[in-house]
Amino acid sequence: MTKTDVTASIDALPDLDHSAPLLQVKDLHVEFRTRNGLAHAVNGVNLSLQAGESLAILGESGCGKSVTAQAIMGIIDSPPGYITQGEILYRGVDLLKLPEAQRRKVRANKIAMIFQDALSALNPVFTVGFQLAELFRKHRGMSRQESRQRAIELLDLVKIPAAKQRINDYPHQFSGGMRQRVMIAMALALDPEVLVADEPTTALDVTVQAQIMALLAELQRERNMGLILITHDMGVVADVADRISVMYAGRVIEEAGVHDIYSTPAHPYTKALLQSIPRIDLKGQELHVIKGLPPALTDIPAGCSFNPRCGYVQDVCRADPPPPRYPVAPGRTSACHFWKEVKGDE
Amino acid sequence: MGRYIIRRLLQFIPTALGTMLLLHYITSLAIQFSGNPVRALFGDRQPPPAMIDAITKRLGYDDPCLDQKGSLCIKLFGERLQSVFLHFDFGINLRMRPVTDLVAEAIPFTLKIVLVAIIFEAVVGIAAGVIAGLRGGSFSDYLVKISTVFLISVPIFVLGIVVREYVGVKFGNTLRGQDWIPDVISSGVFASGFKLEYPFASLIIPGLVLGATSLATTARLTRTSIMENIRADYVRTAKAKGLANKRVIGVHTLRNSLIPVITYLGVDLGALMGGAVVTETIFNVPGIGRLVTQAARTGEAPVVIGVVTMLALVFLVTNLIVDLLYAVLDPRIRYE
Amino acid sequence: MSDLTSAAAAVGGEAAAPTPTGPAPAGKKEASASLWADARRQLVRDPVFVVAAIYILLVTSMALFPWLWTRTDPRACDVKFHRTPPNAEHIFGTNILGCDYYAFNVYGARPSLAIAILATTGIVVIGGLSGLLAGYFGGWVDAIISRIMDIFFSLPFLLGAIVFLVVVKDQTIFTLAFVLVLLAWPTIARIMRSSVISSKNLDYVHAAKAVGATNGRLMFRHILPNAIAPMLVYATITLGSFVSAEATLTFLGVGLQAPAQSWGIAIAQHQVYFLEDPWLLLFPCGLLVGTVLSFILMGDALRDALDPKLR
Repeated sequence: MTKTDVTASIDALPDLDHSAPLLQVKDLHVEFRTRNGLAHAVNGVNLSLQAGESLAILGESGCGKSVTAQAIMGIIDSPPGYITQGEILYRGVDLLKLPEAQRRKVRANKIAMIFQDALSALNPVFTVGFQLAELFRKHRGMSRQESRQRAIELLDLVKIPAAKQRINDYPHQFSGGMRQRVMIAMALALDPEVLVADEPTTALDVTVQAQIMALLAELQRERNMGLILITHDMGVVADVADRISVMYAGRVIEEAGVHDIYSTPAHPYTKALLQSIPRIDLKGQELHVIKGLPPALTDIPAGCSFNPRCGYVQDVCRADPPPPRYPVAPGRTSACHFWKEVKGDE
Repeated sequence: MGRYIIRRLLQFIPTALGTMLLLHYITSLAIQFSGNPVRALFGDRQPPPAMIDAITKRLGYDDPCLDQKGSLCIKLFGERLQSVFLHFDFGINLRMRPVTDLVAEAIPFTLKIVLVAIIFEAVVGIAAGVIAGLRGGSFSDYLVKISTVFLISVPIFVLGIVVREYVGVKFGNTLRGQDWIPDVISSGVFASGFKLEYPFASLIIPGLVLGATSLATTARLTRTSIMENIRADYVRTAKAKGLANKRVIGVHTLRNSLIPVITYLGVDLGALMGGAVVTETIFNVPGIGRLVTQAARTGEAPVVIGVVTMLALVFLVTNLIVDLLYAVLDPRIRYE
Repeated sequence: MSDLTSAAAAVGGEAAAPTPTGPAPAGKKEASASLWADARRQLVRDPVFVVAAIYILLVTSMALFPWLWTRTDPRACDVKFHRTPPNAEHIFGTNILGCDYYAFNVYGARPSLAIAILATTGIVVIGGLSGLLAGYFGGWVDAIISRIMDIFFSLPFLLGAIVFLVVVKDQTIFTLAFVLVLLAWPTIARIMRSSVISSKNLDYVHAAKAVGATNGRLMFRHILPNAIAPMLVYATITLGSFVSAEATLTFLGVGLQAPAQSWGIAIAQHQVYFLEDPWLLLFPCGLLVGTVLSFILMGDALRDALDPKLR
């Protein structure tokens, strides 16, 4: 297999439908076979992304957002993880049905990913230049000289000063924010159409967070990329996202435009999340907490998985089947039987 | 990086001096409590008193500080240091032959088996460890786990005896009975011990035995290291970059996984030199190990101390080189 | 002899490149208690561990209560009956001196195990303490202790043992144990030191310090319970290595001497008869290898059980 057949193969992908959404996830189910039982990490997730759009996936730790992202990329460790159901459509082509060789080429070329902790996500024994250049050498068949040059250009693109010198540095020689920029550079190297960012700013402090998010927003605009931003931080989401999907226990429980979610949440969980954000004008009052804990993924409650902790719970919530995605408005859904009350309460 | 090197060198010097002081102190204590050992070295024989005096003087055992029990004998230590580092004099044996000569004669043989051992343990050990690590939980993994555990549990002398008797003697006899097998193989490789006529061939099996235990450790270490690294975040990133599995494992994972293994091999090199003791005794190899064992049996402490001092210094130097190598392999260490 | 470096490396590569292995606690004693409880539960269900532990208990009972295992006096030897193969009267046969081999091997468990247990206790106390102090205080305390460790490290194991034993000239259980301690304590000290260093920086230790805990309290009540796991694993494996080491030193002639009775002596005395009378080597080797194997398997199982990363 020659090194330059990459681009050719991708365009030769059967049935690339340029009118279909850029990325679509349909009814995705992922489970993990662990020592303690079967963990249902993703239980029927539906997502949709268009070019130039920012979708934020919001949820607590363990709700399945990272696993969804990894499923999209196709990098779930198997064993112990298995995709048991669903489709992941890139421009209408189901990636799950592609042979691995083609799937691999979609990675980094069309859909790229950046991770949370850049220090552990970058290989500590290779220089940053090596790790960037290898993308060009392996995917585009470029020579060492050319790929090195491109690597320097990438570092410039993400605004790392003295790129020419820093290309020979190792990851641990960069500060946290700089490292994250390197990760972004690595993801954008082959001009992908979709960028999945898994908690890119969680490990950084606030001022650096703002810089990185600004950089991401700028790059997205320039390239008309689709951006999937995975986070648990509602503050970060408000600035950057166009739409939000809130996940809980492996399901998307609400999807809406960013303004709608903040002003009129239509699911008790989203509402409780918003209420628990400390607000300076409510100084002196007790902090809101959502009572209870998220369920263990090996033992998800029947019916609506949020029912043990919900303020609006009724008997119907405790019984299977779990609530479907009720349409609230065009482009807006909520998986709560009583979404009208929740929304109307505001 | 320069600071790291200097720091290691500065650590090396007091350690080397400390080791020699320790060995010196042990010898001095022994003499202080049991008297001049030179006379006892000769056993039942009656050497002329002049000879005893000559040896005593030569070894420095006539120093008055050796009459005080517990004294550190610093001055004597100083003289010993001088003789070691300025004159390369590590002492003499009963027949007044310098230890350095004895070692020079013995070292080529020890080096040969150590070489065979290291190549064996590195190649087979790393290969087995990589296969087992990549296929965690599979049959090959269990096979490697079980065989390495057994190999570690069997003391090296048991392994050596069994190999010598079954392979060297029994199997060797069968081979020697067949005419069509070349002598190099039947009498050389499958000899029951070292044979002067086949100085390299007859050292192959002893080398394999010597490397056997270390091979098991190398395999386990490689296996553990690979299993840890394969779940690492940077491996996930490499996959997300769309790199071929071969490259993800062969370049990214391996480069990280082999760091502890290479450092172990480096340290083991020095350890093997000392561990060859048993193998040389069993296979009758005239190397350093046998030199020391025989000297120990006849009570020739000066030879034992002299050789051990030399080997300890070699060990320290090897460890120093390994530490520096570690900095080359793992960039994170360079900037500590 | 790389037995001890093997054992150290078997603990997960700590010999060459110390990496933090202390379990990261969520809430001080609470997390430690549940880690041990979890570990105990897992071990009891691990068939390999249980079988190995039973074997060790059997061998220990041989050492402690040999009369439970045989009524024959191992010293009641009659040279006329030397080297008879196993039969109804002597189930292991007789050795070159005509002693009942079964009794010889049963009684032989005691010195072998005694040395191993004494020596392991010694290295745990001395090595553990040194590692704890070096890791906790750092600075020049660490520098001095580390240099001393390096000095002992520079002596290759077997050669070092030969040196000490040649000079000491007195070959009893205690001198052998002493020599083993002298040569092996640095490895445990190093493991302990790196565990302590990584535990020292945990947040809850800082918290305890901020509340005014004294050095002693911090060391023993907070850091030690966390740092102790790798050392425990290593100590278990070392028990096996020491049994092996005693046999090897005896084989070389610098360990225990006749008329003492140990497995090492049995093997050393009968090595030339291997092809003619294989049982003379089979029994002590079998017992010896079985013991070492059991200790190593127990150590392995212990390490898997105590490793929070595998949860």
